[in-house]
Formats: sequence, structure tokens, C-alpha cells
Amino acid sequence: MESFLSRYKNALVLIVVLLAQVIGVAIQVRRPLPKEHAQPDAGGVRLIRYWAISLVSPPERLVHWLGTSILGVWDNYLDLVHVRQQNKDLESELRRLRIQEGGIAEDARQGQRLQQLLAFKEKYVYHTLPAQIIGTSGVEQSRILSIDKGAKDGVAVDMPVITQDGVVGRIREVFPHTSQVLEITDPTSGAGVILATTRIRGILRGNALGQPQVMSVMPDERIKAGEPVVTSGGDQIFPRGLAVGYVDRVIVDPERDPLVDVVIRPAANLSQLEEVLVITNMGAEVTPRQKLDMIQSEAVASTEQLRASEVLAERLPSRIDPDAPPDSEDNDASPDAQGEDIGRPMRPPAAVHADRFTPNATPAATTLTPGARLAPQSEGVLTVSKPRPATPSSSSSGVASGGTDSAEVTPKRKVPEMVPDDGSRPPAGTVTRPAIANSTGENANHAPASTPKPAASASTVSSGNGETGSSETRSSTTGVATPVTRQAVPKTNNAANAGVNPPPPKTIVVVDGPLPPSAKKPASSTSATTAVPRSSTTQPSSGTPAQHAPATLSQKPSSTAPVQHKGPELVPDDGSRPPPTMLQKPKPQPTAPAQQPQGGRL
Amino acid sequence: MSRLSAAARRDIEVQSYPLILFILVPILALGLQSFVSLHFSRFDMLDLPLLVTIYFAISRRNPVVGTVVGAVIGIAQDGLTRQPLGIFGICKSIIGYLAASLGVRIDTENHGTRALLTFGFFFLHSGMYWLLVRRLLAQPYAWGWIHELVRAVVNTIVSVILFALLDLAKQKEY
Repeated sequence: MESFLSRYKNALVLIVVLLAQVIGVAIQVRRPLPKEHAQPDAGGVRLIRYWAISLVSPPERLVHWLGTSILGVWDNYLDLVHVRQQNKDLESELRRLRIQEGGIAEDARQGQRLQQLLAFKEKYVYHTLPAQIIGTSGVEQSRILSIDKGAKDGVAVDMPVITQDGVVGRIREVFPHTSQVLEITDPTSGAGVILATTRIRGILRGNALGQPQVMSVMPDERIKAGEPVVTSGGDQIFPRGLAVGYVDRVIVDPERDPLVDVVIRPAANLSQLEEVLVITNMGAEVTPRQKLDMIQSEAVASTEQLRASEVLAERLPSRIDPDAPPDSEDNDASPDAQGEDIGRPMRPPAAVHADRFTPNATPAATTLTPGARLAPQSEGVLTVSKPRPATPSSSSSGVASGGTDSAEVTPKRKVPEMVPDDGSRPPAGTVTRPAIANSTGENANHAPASTPKPAASASTVSSGNGETGSSETRSSTTGVATPVTRQAVPKTNNAANAGVNPPPPKTIVVVDGPLPPSAKKPASSTSATTAVPRSSTTQPSSGTPAQHAPATLSQKPSSTAPVQHKGPELVPDDGSRPPPTMLQKPKPQPTAPAQQPQGGRL
Repeated sequence: MSRLSAAARRDIEVQSYPLILFILVPILALGLQSFVSLHFSRFDMLDLPLLVTIYFAISRRNPVVGTVVGAVIGIAQDGLTRQPLGIFGICKSIIGYLAASLGVRIDTENHGTRALLTFGFFFLHSGMYWLLVRRLLAQPYAWGWIHELVRAVVNTIVSVILFALLDLAKQKEY
């Protein structure tokens, strides 16, 4: 056994050393723990790495200190040519940049307000720690930087490291006085980035050649060389909006053929780094310096805006007409127009000529009587150019001139009026209604109805309550349109009015719709009449050509005027409510069965 | 020129190195590798720790010493990188063992022989490193023959100069 060990001592030592290192590597590359429990390296590994860093760092720091000291002496005490001029230039540049920064900070504050509305937390660079690079890994495949700041300086793992040009990387290992920075060009690094123009998001990693590239991006023709790439903030390490680099080229992903990799040219010169900034604190608020710049920028911006308005007003005098009347309708001055109430309801403009279809012209439902209907009432003088029917016409309340060729209508007022369902008129006034025809011509002083109906056939229906022919004068058998003058009095009072203006012996009832069974019996009528179907024109039954009869619409203003109900009455065409004269009612009903639609009766 | 020429085998057997040299040279190699690469990015083509490992292995002609020296230098080099400790350690352990084993059988005091050994060991080192990184760690590694050839040539040239400088520190023990 001893001879075996002595004979294969070298090989055994090699095997043991290799086996120990392989086991050590296997332990290090095991599945990582969750982030809250994981560490970049285990305790033992970190100790070995710390020993290595401790061995290498002191000479590096010494050499770096020597070099910095020599360069400092040269730069600070010897190479001072044109320093004063450079100082002036830099001061002016600083003032300009502060103003520019103020404007940018204003936009940032606006974005911050919007993000607060959306409960979106944005991280701003709040505090940075400058550090110097003292070394690298010295290996092509490992993009590691060593800085001279460690845990005692407040550096922690995963802190972003940047320069004034762009992102460098993040802290990987922290030691008491030194730290390791993992560059974005390392294959094991990762950063959430977004292409500034095309807004394509991706993960930035270094490839085998040490070039950062956005991995596995969907092919997009919009990706062009030179497009800026910034951090997206989605990795929770780098703040959003830091410059990463520019698109260099697009290559096909060898492992995922349809996808492409976007190779990035870093914005920061990673091969010539000397000083970096470690972001040690990121807050949700801007710094006091930025707030001060915001205030200054707001003041400058408001002054510039006022000045620009004055200059514009002076340079464009022709745009202002001095003779123009002042704008009295300041519609936009209302709070609604100013956007305070964006969701206000849209309302139509006011009607020039209001009618019953005008909004808000219809009375409230609570004021209506069941069964009653709202009918328009016209008044005025209507002169129709058509020849007058044979019967002369006259009106006590209006002027009707027939037999002329000119039509003249002078309505005084046309407002809705409540008409009781029983055919009577409201007591407010008297309505002169046109009639269809009158055989006797006694009531021919009224013009025909403005909406006459053909007098095909008519029948006089006697109602049980004695209303037939007592208060209403229907059209005559001749079929000549005869106006009907009605007064807005209840029908119960029509009996007394019958003596003043006795109804004609024969009347024509214009049935507008199906008749009730009792009314369809022609034998019960006092005389054979012809029903008058509805039509747009009046067709006299006497054989005269159908023509529009002149109508006179008048209203008796006097309440003491005799009530006249002459001529036929038009009823709704739906047949739901025949005229009271057609109904065989034992006694009048106080209310009508249903309310008729507007305009169903003229 | 005589200082750079290889000595006879009889003289080599009585040569040794001070202990401090075994400590400072690897540290200096690691420091230079790390610091110079910061200012000269192409300096990372060199692998000074590998050259130091080869030198001590072929000079001491002891495989155990070569293995241990290679392991220590390799692990220290791993400590400067982000990769697990042991990758360079494994590679340099094997290189140290092979270099020491060959140093017993061939004359390694000749500069030509040293150059050939360095050229071959560098390719072997790169091959093992690629195998470990690509296959064991499954990490990307771009292998380019031309690039590796250039690196091997550069390291070979530097090794000749470096080995001659280190020969100045030899202590002849008669």
C-alpha cells in the first residue's frame, strides 16, 4: 500500500485536487435559492473570493493611487493652460443646462403626477456614490469590474452602476472596501430595456463576444441602426429611462430561428472606464434641487409665454377687427364649457317656432286628464284661393273670404289645447272647427276643415243620450264641406244651445274608424246617409269636383258667445273612441275610457 | 544572451527559488492581469497566471508542486471573475501537473522547448476551459480558432521573455 501511494503519489494528488474542485464547482452552481434568501455566493466561496480580492486589491489600489497621484499633480498644478477660460465656458454651460434641466424636470413632475394617479411608482435616482475602477477580472469571458467602494461606503448588492453616458452594470459582490461590478456585456447579466423609438421591450445580455444584445425579439422592420435603447425599469434594479446604448445591428437568434437578437453598442465606454456612479438610493420623489429647478422653470416659462402672447398680438394686428362687435355670447365662459363638467347632457338649441313637438312644450302627465287629449288650436284668417262651395259662409268670430284665388292664413296663435274626451271643448274659449259638408247650407258660413275628408257616405247616428243633432251640426247629405263652429262648453249644455242654432235635420257623421255595432245599423238612422271615408281631400257628395274648401279658423274670445256645434266632427281613425253621438250610452260617463293620442282629432 | 540560454541538466538540479518568489510572482501576475486590462482592453488576451503556472511547474519538475501551484493560482484567478471557484483551478491544476511531468523528461531550459510547451499548454488550457464553461456550466463561450491561435502566439512570445526574467531570480545551489 505504501509503495502504491508513493508510486502514484502525483496522480493521486492530481485526482484529489481535481475532485475537490469539481465538487466545489458543483456546489456553487446548484439551483439558486429564492431572491430573498439567496446570496451571490455561499459563505465559503465568498470567503475564498474575498481572499483573492484581498490579495489582488492592495497592489491594485497602490498602483492606482500612485497613478492618480501623479496625474493629479500634473493636472492640478502643471497643466493649467486655458483653465480660466474653460471655467467660464463651463459656468455658462452649467447655467444653460440648469434651465434646460428645469424644463425637463417640469415634464418629469407632470409625469409623476400622472403616475400617482395611476398608482404607478417611479423610481428616481436620488443619491449616487462616485467610485473609481481599480481593476477588472482580466479574463475575456468574465466582464467584471472592481471598484474602490464597499459595504462600509454604503454599497449593496444589485445597486445600479452608471456613468454620465449610460448604464455600466450592477453590483455583484460587496466586500468591506471593494465591490465587484457585473457589466451589462457579461453573458450572465440581465437588464430590462426598451427600444426608444419602436417601444420594443426585451432583456439585455452580453453575448459570447462581449457585446450586449437584446435577446429573442420578434422581427420588426422598424428596428434600425442607431435607435436609442434605454432601461425599462421592469427589472427592479435599474431606474427607468437610463441610456443603455444604440442599436448596432440585428442578427438572427441561432437558437430561436424566427426571433432575432438586437446587438447594442453601449452608450458608456466600458473599455475605458475610470469613474462610475453607484446609485445607492432611489426614491419616489424628486430631489430638492430638482424642485428648485422646477419652480424656476415655471417662472421662466410663464414669463416667456406672456411675452410671446404680447409679441404675437403686436405682430398680428390684422387678425383683430376693431369694428367687430364684441362677442356677447361667451358660451365658453361657462363652467361647463371650460371643461369642469365634461359629462354634461347635450341639449338641442331653442326652437325658433315652437310647436307641440318642441321639447318641454308638452304639459306634464300629472296635469293631464285621463281620456283627454291635447289638440292644437289655430286661430286667424284663412283665405283659400280655391272656389268656395256652393254654400255661403260667414263667421261670427272670424273672417272668411271665399271665392278668391289667393290663400291667406294669418294664425294668431297655435298652442296645444286640452279637449275633453267627450267631444266638448274646455271652457277657456271657443274653437271654430271646419266641417265637411252641409246639405242645408245654414252653417256654410264656416270654411271647410283644413284637413277635409272625402264624403263618400255618411250616416247620422242617434245616440241614446240625445246628443245626436242637438249640439253638433254635421255635414249635410250634399257632401259639401261645411265648417263647424264649436264652443268649448260641455255637451250637457248643448241642448240649450240647440235653440239658438238649431241643428240641421240631416247630418253626416264622419266615422273615423270602425263603427260600433249599434252605429253600423243604417236603418236606425233618421235618414239615409253616406259614410265619409277619410281622405286628404274633401269630396262633396253632390257631385262637385273634389277640391279643397276654404276654411276659416277662428276663435271666439268672448265667453258669453253662444255655443255653436255645427257640422260634422272628425274622430280618430283608430276607432277606439267613436264620437259620443255614436255611442249608446245610458248616461254620460264622467271619464273617457282612454286617452287619445294627440292630433287624433281636429 | 548567455543568461537566456538554457542551462545544462546538471546545473538545473541544483537551482531553487526563494519562497517569497512563489508568493509574490503569482500575486503580481494576477494584479497586472487585472489592472492592465482596465486601461488596455486587449491585455486580456494574455494569461499571466497561466504562464506563471507553467514556469513554476517546469522549473520545479515536481508534479505535486505543479498541481498545487496551479490549483491555488487558478482559484485565485477565479476569485476575480464572476464564475464559480474552481474553473481556472481545474484547468491550471492539470496544466501544472502536465508541465511538471514533462519537465522531468525533457529539457525545459531551452527557450524553444519552453515556447512549444507554452503554445501547446495554452491550447490545452483553452480547450479545457471551453469544455468546463460550455458543457459543465452551460454558459456561452465563443470559440474561434484564429482568435485562440493569436492568443497562443502572443502568450508564447510573452512567455519567452517572462521566463527569462524569472530565470534571473534563480538561486544556484552548488
